[in-house]
Amino acid sequence: MITQSVTAWATLAAETTGSGSGGSGGETALFWIMAPLAVLGALGLVFSRKAVHGALSLAVTMISLALFYIAQEAPFLGVVQIVVYTGAIMMLFLFVIMLVGVDSSDSRVETIRGQRVAAALAVAGVVLLLATVTLRATLPEEPAGLAQAAPDGNVPAIADLIFGTYFWAFEVVAVLLITAAVGAMTLTHRERLSRRSSQKELSIKRFSEGPPGEAAGLPVPGVYARHNAVDTPALLPDGKPSEASINRVLVARGAARSSEEFRHHPTPADVEAAAEGEADEPAGEIGPDDDASGGERA
Amino acid sequence: MIATQNYDEIAGFGNDPWWIIAIKCLAIFVLCVVLTLFNIVFERKVVARMQHRLGPNRTGPFGSLQSLADGVKLMFKEDIIPKAADKIVYIAAPLVAVIPSFLILSVIPLGPEVSIFGHETRLQLTDTPVAVLFTLAIASVGVYGLMMAGWSSGSTYPLLGGLRSTAQVISYELIMGLSFVGVFLFAGTMSTSGIVAEQERLWYGIILLPSFLIYLISMVGETNRAPFDLPEAEGELVAGWGTEYSSIKYAMFFLAEYINMVNVSAIATTLFLGGWRAPWPLSAVNDGMFNTGWWPLLWFFAKVILLIFVFVWLRGTLPRLRYDQFMHFCWKWLLPISLVWIVLVAGMRLAFNEGIERNQILLYGGIVVAVLLIGSLLIPEKKTPAEPEPAEEPEFDAFAGGHPVPPLPGQEFVAARIPAATTKTDDRTEESSRA
Repeated sequence: MITQSVTAWATLAAETTGSGSGGSGGETALFWIMAPLAVLGALGLVFSRKAVHGALSLAVTMISLALFYIAQEAPFLGVVQIVVYTGAIMMLFLFVIMLVGVDSSDSRVETIRGQRVAAALAVAGVVLLLATVTLRATLPEEPAGLAQAAPDGNVPAIADLIFGTYFWAFEVVAVLLITAAVGAMTLTHRERLSRRSSQKELSIKRFSEGPPGEAAGLPVPGVYARHNAVDTPALLPDGKPSEASINRVLVARGAARSSEEFRHHPTPADVEAAAEGEADEPAGEIGPDDDASGGERA
Repeated sequence: MIATQNYDEIAGFGNDPWWIIAIKCLAIFVLCVVLTLFNIVFERKVVARMQHRLGPNRTGPFGSLQSLADGVKLMFKEDIIPKAADKIVYIAAPLVAVIPSFLILSVIPLGPEVSIFGHETRLQLTDTPVAVLFTLAIASVGVYGLMMAGWSSGSTYPLLGGLRSTAQVISYELIMGLSFVGVFLFAGTMSTSGIVAEQERLWYGIILLPSFLIYLISMVGETNRAPFDLPEAEGELVAGWGTEYSSIKYAMFFLAEYINMVNVSAIATTLFLGGWRAPWPLSAVNDGMFNTGWWPLLWFFAKVILLIFVFVWLRGTLPRLRYDQFMHFCWKWLLPISLVWIVLVAGMRLAFNEGIERNQILLYGGIVVAVLLIGSLLIPEKKTPAEPEPAEEPEFDAFAGGHPVPPLPGQEFVAARIPAATTKTDDRTEESSRA
């Protein structure tokens, strides 16, 4: 039943727009290729576990819709659909999703009681509504055609509607959107309570306050170590791994490698060299918990 | 004003037999690839000359086959997919980046009507009433590739690069769209062949110089090229969104970047530099001989390569911008300037359409400018205080009452103070500022 009606719609669309130029065969083929893709995209949006996959699926659906519009001889609408929805809005969505959760697959725990039941009911209602409207719709025997609907072409026709007939509605919507944007900016704006310290001030502060060893910056990860990856602590000249060389974000995430793993363990040759060197080096200079002395690496 | 012709059918298109369409498609594909190979060598040679080097000169005559050799080598490299990568998106990303870049040249007019095997046809695959918007749409799909690459690599630098590139391209696409508006207003059409036809007398790059300059800036931002190559800033992000890619996938990103350079240059040529039309003294030779037949291909590609040279020149000359400065430049300078300019253009256009003579516009415009200039003489000179008096007012401390309060108008911050817990730090700051 539903398949039949969809086919009817497709053929009708093809007949309406083909206008005898032999394009209807190609258009039917396009419909049967793009329609499953659009549906797959929509299903992907609902069922994908990762938010990014969902957003990308939605982008696929939007692009498919744009192609339909173009095939229906509404190139302006199709192109604007891609520029505005796919290119700007969906991109911002993706931006936020990627920025917030790098690899989060959101938890499936219901936070509001009865949420799923309510959602299911709402979806059923919408489906029922759409199905009723679609099935009860009566199609005219002879479609009006583009020549009658937009005699000057699509772009002038749309311009006429937006800047003529629906001018006030359009402006009101624009004001509403701008209000929303300004509101969002006002609500999230935070007034700075202290002056931002300049690069020069920060530099002075680093020299005057921090430990002198860090005045020229912290040790760089991976220096003298076995790997040069960011998660590998640098080895100090005495062979001790330096905790300060690892970004604290990595440590907080648990992504840094333990510094114990990279501690320099002296070989017997090292120990001998250290013993020889001990004669001219005062022992006090070597760190107390240090099995690899500074002298041997020199 | 809206003309009353039917915009949805553009003269000269839609009547080609299938084999001519096939030839044109193939030609565009080959053109994109060959231009990429050429541009890589061209860029390396030009940058080398700018830096007093020779550049590649071993492979082929004058090193001209260097990029071909590099490309073949890149194809045969090991293809690595990181363990943390999201496989499907990771593999799809280069395709999403490269496929749209091939599409844009299909709506660019490369020349007027020519005869291919006895069939009269235009040197343009197709045209629509919204061809210029179509190029914008295609470009915005291409950005998905970079973004997907950044996210799916499962690594920090690519993610940062992907985010940067998204923010950058969205911002600069806006400016790019605004720079088109002036052209649309003057041409009265958004079809590329129509815009080229309207530039028969004067190129829009001359009449709409500010639009052209804004477009030139935004096209560099749009293609992630130096000095706006923040998404792949080597010093900060290794290779940005491309860090984890290798072999043919990386080659595809590379291809996409270079084709996009050609694309934006071709759009600039079409919209602002008269498209395939010969430059002025040549266009008058022998009753416009150089504007017919296959000649225009030469002018078109000369203009495109000139713009590519501008890209290379910028890369060889300017250091990379800092990200916040780059965004400030877009939103706080380019956007207001282009909006004001569009209002001016629309006013001019309206005046023309209302039948006001150009001389009158110049006259009244001149009067307004003169009045403003004379008025500016009457503004009393701003007295510069000899010595900025040391602030006598009580120092403003946001945390004075225990609860943070923003400054009132006229009050100024003194030193960065951090509340209670770190009083020790505070003392030290004061010491250092005294010293």
